[in-house]
Amino acid sequence: MQSQLPLYPEQASNFAPQVDALMIFITAICLFFAAAITAAIVIFFFKFHRKQPDAVGIAIHGDSRLEAAWMIIPLILAMAMFGWGAVVYVDYRHAPQDTLDVYVIGKQWMWKAQQPNGMREINELHVPVGRNIRLILASEDVIHDFFVPAFRVKMDVVPGHYNTMWFRPTKPGRYHFFCSQYCGTNHALMGGWVTVMEPSDYAAWLSGASGGSVNPVVAGEKLFADKACATCHVGDGTGRAPSLNGVFGAKVLLADGSTVVADEAYIRESILQPNAKIVAGYQPLMPTFQGQLTEEQILALIAYIKSLQSLPVPAKGAGIASTTGKK
Amino acid sequence: MSDTLTAPLPGHKMPHEDYLNATYGIRSWLLTTDHKRIALLYLGSVTFFFFIGGLFATMIRIHLLTPSGALVTPETYNKLFTMHGVAMVFFFLIPSIPAVLGNFLIPLMIGAKDLAFPKINLLSWYIYVVGGCFVLYSFGTGGLDTGWTFYTPLSSVYSNSAVTPAVIGIFINGFSSILTGLNFIVTIHTMRAPGMTWFRLPLFVWAHYATSLVMVLGTPVIAITLLLAGLERMFHLGFFNPALGGDPILFQHLFWFYSHPAVYIMILPAMGVISEIIPTFARKPIFGYSFIAGSSIAIAVIGFLVWAHHMFVTGESTYAALTFSLLSYLVAIPSAVKVFNWTSTLYKGSISWDTPMLYAFGFIGLFLIGGLTGLFLACLGLDIHIHDTYFVVAHFHYIMVGGAVMGYVGGIHFWWPKITGRLYPEALSRAAAVTLFVGFNLTFFPQFILGYLGMPRRYHTYPPEFQVLNVLSTAGASILALGYLLPMLYLTWSMRYGKVAGQNPWPATGLEWKTDSPPPTENFHVTPEVTWEAYDFQNRPDLGLLAGASPLAPAHGDD
Amino acid sequence: MHRTGELYGHFETLEQQKESAALGMWIFLVTEVLFFGGLFLTYTINRHAFSTAFGIGSNTLDITLGAGNTVVLIMSSLTMAMAVWSAQVGKKRLVSIFLIATLALGTVFLGVKAVEYKQKFDHHLVPGRSFDMKYHPAHPMPGDDLKELALEKEEVDKAFAQDPDINAHGQLYFSLYFGMTGLHALHMIIGAGLLLWLIKGSFAGRFTPQYNTPVEIVGLYWHFVDIVWIFLFPLLYLIDRHR
Repeated sequence: MQSQLPLYPEQASNFAPQVDALMIFITAICLFFAAAITAAIVIFFFKFHRKQPDAVGIAIHGDSRLEAAWMIIPLILAMAMFGWGAVVYVDYRHAPQDTLDVYVIGKQWMWKAQQPNGMREINELHVPVGRNIRLILASEDVIHDFFVPAFRVKMDVVPGHYNTMWFRPTKPGRYHFFCSQYCGTNHALMGGWVTVMEPSDYAAWLSGASGGSVNPVVAGEKLFADKACATCHVGDGTGRAPSLNGVFGAKVLLADGSTVVADEAYIRESILQPNAKIVAGYQPLMPTFQGQLTEEQILALIAYIKSLQSLPVPAKGAGIASTTGKK
Repeated sequence: MSDTLTAPLPGHKMPHEDYLNATYGIRSWLLTTDHKRIALLYLGSVTFFFFIGGLFATMIRIHLLTPSGALVTPETYNKLFTMHGVAMVFFFLIPSIPAVLGNFLIPLMIGAKDLAFPKINLLSWYIYVVGGCFVLYSFGTGGLDTGWTFYTPLSSVYSNSAVTPAVIGIFINGFSSILTGLNFIVTIHTMRAPGMTWFRLPLFVWAHYATSLVMVLGTPVIAITLLLAGLERMFHLGFFNPALGGDPILFQHLFWFYSHPAVYIMILPAMGVISEIIPTFARKPIFGYSFIAGSSIAIAVIGFLVWAHHMFVTGESTYAALTFSLLSYLVAIPSAVKVFNWTSTLYKGSISWDTPMLYAFGFIGLFLIGGLTGLFLACLGLDIHIHDTYFVVAHFHYIMVGGAVMGYVGGIHFWWPKITGRLYPEALSRAAAVTLFVGFNLTFFPQFILGYLGMPRRYHTYPPEFQVLNVLSTAGASILALGYLLPMLYLTWSMRYGKVAGQNPWPATGLEWKTDSPPPTENFHVTPEVTWEAYDFQNRPDLGLLAGASPLAPAHGDD
Repeated sequence: MHRTGELYGHFETLEQQKESAALGMWIFLVTEVLFFGGLFLTYTINRHAFSTAFGIGSNTLDITLGAGNTVVLIMSSLTMAMAVWSAQVGKKRLVSIFLIATLALGTVFLGVKAVEYKQKFDHHLVPGRSFDMKYHPAHPMPGDDLKELALEKEEVDKAFAQDPDINAHGQLYFSLYFGMTGLHALHMIIGAGLLLWLIKGSFAGRFTPQYNTPVEIVGLYWHFVDIVWIFLFPLLYLIDRHR
């Protein structure tokens, strides 16, 4: 499959052929100009080599039309390169709706991944082929980066932020992933393997090897009760806080009239800085849980709240912007 | 062969008194205000830092011969690439051409006796030295392992290396840059000789004017950024540390706001050197003078608008990414204009293959590759894959080493006769130029492939499938090192034993060549009056050339 | 040296020398704008992110002292401009008088700043181990207006409920407060040094209508330092002010 001296990694995701095609396009343009300039220089080098020790060259001061030509043509080509690259990037930055979400936490110097059913992995990531996979990335310390060359994708993992990335694996196999943002002593050792499996194998793997993994939704539900969230966030909308049924992914109406989509980042902010965004019609009463929850616990709560998506939204006490209720 | 220097020059003698022998003693050098002596003070110090950075690079390449890392521990490796970057970027590349060649030549090129503020010029050098001492202290007391980019919170919280003295050193060094840029801008505005209008200025001067604009506007921002990062580290403040409410991405914006224009500080002067060498050794005016001058200013301006192309995968907004990618493509156009104009200048020239011209050709070839690969990185879809891999490392080394350093070494060779009054051995210098070119390509071209294959940068160990390319790269590095060592040897030798050059050995048309080699302290015995255009070989009988001897009538296209 | 305004060796004419000095100072001031600009940007971004903490921090600053200092500095710019004018029309005694007035006003400014800094130190508002925004409301000092202090206590308590990290964010405010006003004060101290040098020269009668470049360029510097304060004052003291 790979030649002795490969020039590019395997193509194992939906993005890989796109990125490679882009690369070939730009290489072709660059090769053309590089060859043309080099040829011109080499030819002039020899053709106009000085014949007599005191000869001078012919004075040609310039040519405006030539200048215009070699400004406009490269500009057009540059815009083509920009445009094509932009299309791929915009696709990459907007994950489709139906993704399999995996939580990935980077810390010096290892990666922890958690599958939707709670299955945990260290320095490994198992995913089914042909599904859209979305990674939600968090850091516990410094900036890292999750990079899978065979998929042609990477995204920084920044402390204090959530970043997301998506891809669709197209070929079963094992592919290297690396940390690619310098993060200290063992930056070069902070990698592992992505294993892409047939869906049936993936399902089998998920339900197999228990390894003490707890379904994050279950863990989140327990936390929701332990931390007394349910005291205010009553499901039927009668509590002091909005019901969380159906809220994930929906538009929320805020007290200042603006709306915001309730994504992972919003949920996290609401837990850690509850008064940053107050839902319309509610008081700023929620205490903060800053310092009381680990990143994994926050992710568990988010998983639980996501699981409430399909529950009926109460007519009153939801805080969702659209009058029809669900998204 | 009919090159410039094959015929022995008729009995040139060194001038009786020049800037080198006007006064003696260490005090006359350490307290000089002569821009030419200050340039040589800088030459000594930047060469020193080049050695230090080069030593670290050598260790890096030897270490990377094997996948598991042959030479040093991971901690040490991380310090090596960091210190290599800091030494090379801040203490070699940024000062080199402006502080050595710019300082020496700008007053001579415009017909002035010195820069506008000679004492501030000397102060600039001392500030550089003090900043350098802080950084050397950091290197010596535990080293630095944050990457030259000092990303937070790694640098401000987690690193256990000597970050604070290094950051202080770079902060101080920034003022050296600022004062040099200030000096150049004022000098070029107010001290041109009679008849030296803006559009008769050598393109080297235009390039340094543009560079100075960047130095003056950009450097204060890195100063305050590093100051804030240093304060955060010392006093546990929270500007960039998320645990205390800060934002690591703010640091990146502030850092790159300077550090991207900084790369134009490094390349614009080199482009200025090439714009001098090519007309001289093709013996005709540069093609498209006003376009080359204007493109320098355009690069300086647009260069301030592209910084977040270093942050495409940080999670910055898609709109921001689109904007910065578009602008990054725009900044490529003026550079392309320069390359086209340089190439066109060769057409119907009278081209000699002297060493400076070889360096100019090398520059164009390597800058071409470096610049074109920038187009790959500016492409959003591609950058997702190649960001933070060896592709980036190859790209910037092509520009900074293949471009800036070749421009610097080429410029040193071109103006060596003026600076020292001596010529260097031509055969050896040509061999060194070719060695440098070959060694460079062998070192860095494999790294493009390594990068696309997925090898991340700043790795002290790598998967075995990347070894062949790494070995090739190290082999090339040994040849590259030879290409650097040779000039250091023969140039030093020539200061004593080289043939005496005379006033204008090439000959070239600039004002600096109308005074002795080496020049007297006051540069010109009589203030020159300029009545000719730049690079005008036709109307300069004083050059002793067969102007208009060619049977073809000179063609004057519109300007 | 050049006590009588003679030509420096490397200039061709006095005109060239004067032009260079002025252009040099203007470019230097542009670099200063970029230098302070980074701090202003950081302040603006953090104010937007932590408006509660920054609002409280701002209200702990003494607006009377701040406003008074602003007036003092503006007046010093006036006396500085008068010094330049005096030199230009050859009134040598007035040059000295106005320079001394500028220095005096500048010293008043620095003195008031020192008083403010001491106040912050006493109120445990200097970033570091003992930083605590709750300290002052809980520990009244002699001369405090107790009603004001009670209001402040209420505000601080409310803020703590809203943002438990108030002390961390408050430290950010005060780091920027000390950083920006400290950098400004440093520039004023350097300015004071330059004024002393000018005063010495003016006593020796150095500054004439033919040669007054040093006064002019120090004047430019002084005006710049004044303008920085005119931006600092509203940004630090006035936004979100309600007490």
